[in-house]
Amino acid sequence: MTSTQTRPTESAPQTDQAEPPARRVRVLSFRQNLSRWDLKVSPYLYISPFFIMFAIVGLFPIAYTAVISLMDWDLVRNSGEFIGFDQYAWILQNPQFWTALRNTFSIFLLSSVPQLIVAIFIAAMLDRNIRARTFWRMSVLVPFVMAPVAVALIFSNMFGDVHGLVNGILTDLGLPAVPWHKDPFWSHVAIATMVNFRWTGYNTLILLAAMQAIPRDYYEAATVDGAGAFRQFLSITLPSLKATLIFVIITSTIGGLQIFDEPRMFDNTGEGGPAQQWLTITLFLYNIGWGEWNFGRAAALAWILFLIILVIGLINLAVTRSLVRDEGARNGRRKKKGVRA
Amino acid sequence: MSSLNSPAPLTIVESSIPDTPQRRRNRTTRIKGRRAGFWVYAGLGVVLIGSLFPFYWSFLIGSGDSTTINDPDFSWWPAGNFLANATTVVNDPAVNFWPALWNSTYSSALIAAAVVVTSTLAGWAFSKLKFPGSKALLVFVVATMAVPTQLGVVPLYILFSDFGWTGQIGAIIIPAITSAFGVFWMTQYLRQAVPDELIEAARVDGASMIRTFWTVGVVAARPAAAMLGLFTFVTAWNNFFWPFIVLDRRDPTLPVALSLLQSNHFVDYSIVLAGVLLSTIPLLLLFVVAGKQLVSGIMQGAVKG
Repeated sequence: MTSTQTRPTESAPQTDQAEPPARRVRVLSFRQNLSRWDLKVSPYLYISPFFIMFAIVGLFPIAYTAVISLMDWDLVRNSGEFIGFDQYAWILQNPQFWTALRNTFSIFLLSSVPQLIVAIFIAAMLDRNIRARTFWRMSVLVPFVMAPVAVALIFSNMFGDVHGLVNGILTDLGLPAVPWHKDPFWSHVAIATMVNFRWTGYNTLILLAAMQAIPRDYYEAATVDGAGAFRQFLSITLPSLKATLIFVIITSTIGGLQIFDEPRMFDNTGEGGPAQQWLTITLFLYNIGWGEWNFGRAAALAWILFLIILVIGLINLAVTRSLVRDEGARNGRRKKKGVRA
Repeated sequence: MSSLNSPAPLTIVESSIPDTPQRRRNRTTRIKGRRAGFWVYAGLGVVLIGSLFPFYWSFLIGSGDSTTINDPDFSWWPAGNFLANATTVVNDPAVNFWPALWNSTYSSALIAAAVVVTSTLAGWAFSKLKFPGSKALLVFVVATMAVPTQLGVVPLYILFSDFGWTGQIGAIIIPAITSAFGVFWMTQYLRQAVPDELIEAARVDGASMIRTFWTVGVVAARPAAAMLGLFTFVTAWNNFFWPFIVLDRRDPTLPVALSLLQSNHFVDYSIVLAGVLLSTIPLLLLFVVAGKQLVSGIMQGAVKG
């Protein structure tokens, strides 16, 4: 707004010559009005497609889910009867929910932790002065274009209990076969492997971008001081990546807690295993909603999942804030001093 | 070398900085000081094999027959049945391969186009136009990125079945045509890609807001829009949870069709994995054509951290 209000004096002479003096005032004021109106309304017009659609397919369903979660939903009449928090109580008292919660966190940790560690190291390799950069960068991203369902089918085959590739190799090496589908922990490892396969390259590229933004003088100074590659990695690279790391952690938390495709495809029943070994929260939600057709309970579970994500997100945010501020200070002065010392 | 030598956001910023001796020296130091040795290539080679192995494995199993997987004389060399197995998948009436391929293609393309349009418009307003409430609204948009899909599926399903839209491809397009991530991404990009002076100049010359958006905003947004479109296309193509819920099994998208391969019909893994590879080929082709852009797009999005 301020920008155009200061300008008319500069542009006025041009319009002066173009318009006859008598009509000038009226025309300009009309134009100015139009322009001011344009200036005020346009931004809202531009964001409105997003917000209107989002209100319909995003906000409204969220509120409606809350309403349904307080109801006993009748599919035939397609309406519900208000019953208060009974659905939440049912879920919280259901041992399957707690199994699903444990499984979700277990799979999430088994996928995100090793994935990020490996991603950092691959990114560090890509950050070196290598030949055929584009080729190597593209090669880490190939798995990302494969659908999670497709990845799950391939890995379910490789992790077969009897004839699977992995157990075949293990027994060839004289090791015992692993019960990939019977034991909860090993089923989580197998499912986490599918997630890791698809997402490691993606996170690698995000971390690589952050690494390339680190000023090269730091490394130069460290080299002069005789610090080796590994020492430089620990003292320069890792601290500078903190903010990006936490961003990656937050996004993979949000995604990881919603995991569905891989556990759904891990066997041919899709129920999460005979003893719920790999039942996750979203899989449980699907089984309640579209297996038992109980929408009230599914909605309550959706809200519980959202609250879990929210709590973890807020914890992450608090941690992020403190760490980012910390890093900013170091970037300013302390880091250079630290490297020189 | 290629434009990928430095991450995209840096190219934008750096191109405006004159090439001083200091900068030139830094670049040389970097090249001299951090030259990669044998172990780096060995490590990257291992990663490459890890990335490609599952593709090879599905080709290996998919080109065999039902006995391949428990054959004691297991061979790492593919047999010749891939085309036969793929034909079986394509012709199977329970899988609906061709409708699924078509559905995936046009729904993903429409979603990508819609996301690019809504995100570019909103991103332009958030990054370059000043209006009351813009900061709060942008924070709100970013906050919604934490809302899980699951929170909307029950009412959306109820609504769509009320309208008689369940089983229709529209039911997967409509909820996907906006993206909070897209808005944020465009906002970040346009904020650094377009100098404010350029917009002021256009306004001074009497351009209306929409003309300024069209001649300055859209032109500047093009590279970011291409990457956002590509990314959205891949995500939409691979999406499973909501299409699995709302689509009819007889009129699926590719991931839903794939899930049917395993669920009840086939226990023959040679056919399942042939189908998996077959369904992956379109996106692999896309990746060969546009993978470079996808890579730099992801690296560019990273800076938002």
